[in-house]
Amino acid sequence: MADKILKKIYVKVWRQNNPSEKGRFETYEVENVSQGSSFLEMIDILNDQLIREGKDPIAFDHDCREGICGMCSMYINGHAHGPDSEITTCQLHMRRFEDGETITVEPWRAGAFPVIKDLIVDRTAFDKIQQAGGYVSVNTGGVPDGNTIPISQVDAEEAMDAAACIGCGACVATCKNSSAMLFVAAKVSQFAKLPQGKVEAKRRAKAMVAKMDELGFGGCTNTGACELACPKNISISHIARLNREYLKAKFSD
Amino acid sequence: MSSFMKASIGRKFFMSLTGLFLIIFLFVHLTLNLLLTFDDSGVLFNEAAHFMATNPIIKIMEPILALGFIIHIIWSGWITLENMKARPKGYQAGDNLLKWYAPAKNMFILGGMVLIFLIIHLFNFYVKMRFTGDPLLNQPGPGLEDGVHNSYALVANLFIHYPVYDIIYILGGILVGLHISHGFWSAFQTIGLNNSKWMIRLKFLAHLVAFLIGAGFAYIPLYFLIKF
Ligand code: HEM
Ligand code: SF4
Ligand code: FES
Repeated sequence: MADKILKKIYVKVWRQNNPSEKGRFETYEVENVSQGSSFLEMIDILNDQLIREGKDPIAFDHDCREGICGMCSMYINGHAHGPDSEITTCQLHMRRFEDGETITVEPWRAGAFPVIKDLIVDRTAFDKIQQAGGYVSVNTGGVPDGNTIPISQVDAEEAMDAAACIGCGACVATCKNSSAMLFVAAKVSQFAKLPQGKVEAKRRAKAMVAKMDELGFGGCTNTGACELACPKNISISHIARLNREYLKAKFSD
Repeated sequence: MSSFMKASIGRKFFMSLTGLFLIIFLFVHLTLNLLLTFDDSGVLFNEAAHFMATNPIIKIMEPILALGFIIHIIWSGWITLENMKARPKGYQAGDNLLKWYAPAKNMFILGGMVLIFLIIHLFNFYVKMRFTGDPLLNQPGPGLEDGVHNSYALVANLFIHYPVYDIIYILGGILVGLHISHGFWSAFQTIGLNNSKWMIRLKFLAHLVAFLIGAGFAYIPLYFLIKF
């Protein structure tokens, strides 16, 4: 079946030339958009149109366009990564929109993620949290043969689930407190369940939480909005683990 | 430890401990108050109220309870303010993932309304019993020894003659119930006592506890409103 064509849609998008400019919404008309095209392809079409008109194209982050790099940050119609759950913006299709609809597209909003230009925000805060402790620096030897280090299936799965986090920031963008707890919880959890990660567990939890607080993210109030927004379905049960790891570390000081 | 007090998780740790403590207090408080509805002569409730007013353990618990409230309230304001500051500019399209009325999103507003209720409540009973006195407290009643307050008369009078207060107290019960429907499981999550299995159980328990407390407190004014 051929894809339906949306005759005309309106894209209301945030335009901001640089971090210090105030910024504003602009509404653009886009005609004849196939419902089979992805959301980012629709933005590409719009940008092509803007370039032809001699205007500045909309700046947006994207890279893999297959849901693994976490770059494509867009807050679409009040939802991080658009109306579908468990996908990134690049996996969103125009099937989800109606002819004549006005689609509101905003950058992630958080003090810790300042806007660089249009829809691009600066997510180096995540890198800084990761650099504060999201690694293993003890010698774990060479690549082990399969099953030489006994790790239960349950623990391995739990660690893998946490490791699925792509650092997209949808959790921060969605949380009413702009809290980075789901991200930090995922990054702490992926090590906490494995023997290689246990050696530095205390230092890691303390350092990453301290960095998160320092960078101006809000605190977690367990609303659970983050896990609904997360394209990788990271569960807030990892946040309980982060709390546990952090409190254990603090109380044994 | 001072870094712990300032850390996001440290602050929440105090919220959760004081919150759980307040829930325990509410259970004790509710159990005693339900005596109001078991004995319309008031003997049972007056005895219990007298016991609570004179028991040394309760005397010790009173300032601890006040402290629990104060920490919970001050910390809640502090946390809420810091969290609001983390997003200087909001979304035009709003944030739609959770419903606007979800208790999880409105803990400060719900708590604030509970606080207003609490102040009204303290003036209705506690202030009169403890400080200013009230003619109703000295009203003779069945089984009342000398010098023992007729607390039942004070409470029953309010609930029988002022339907406005019945409504306020029913609302108070509902509000604190909504606050607890999120607060209960959230507190366990905050202290790290949760995982994917317990998530469902704790959320169920939270609703059960919230219902028992909310409906329990709302039942008392309803009882007086309907019966008398
Ligand atoms: C009897 C009364 C109260 C009870 C039983 C109670 C109980 C709780 C519990 C169990 C929590 C969860 C803590 C956590 O998430 O770790 C909580 C959170 C909260 N309470 Fe209360 N509370 C009461 C009164 C109040 C009052 C009077 C206020 C404010 C004026 C308030 C404001 C808050 C706020 C803002 C939170 C959310 C904090 C956060 O999630 O970070 N509460 N409460
Ligand atoms: S936890 Fe989920 S929403 Fe948050 S950064 Fe990781 S993948 Fe994105
Ligand atoms: S562009 Fe890589 S996840 Fe969307």
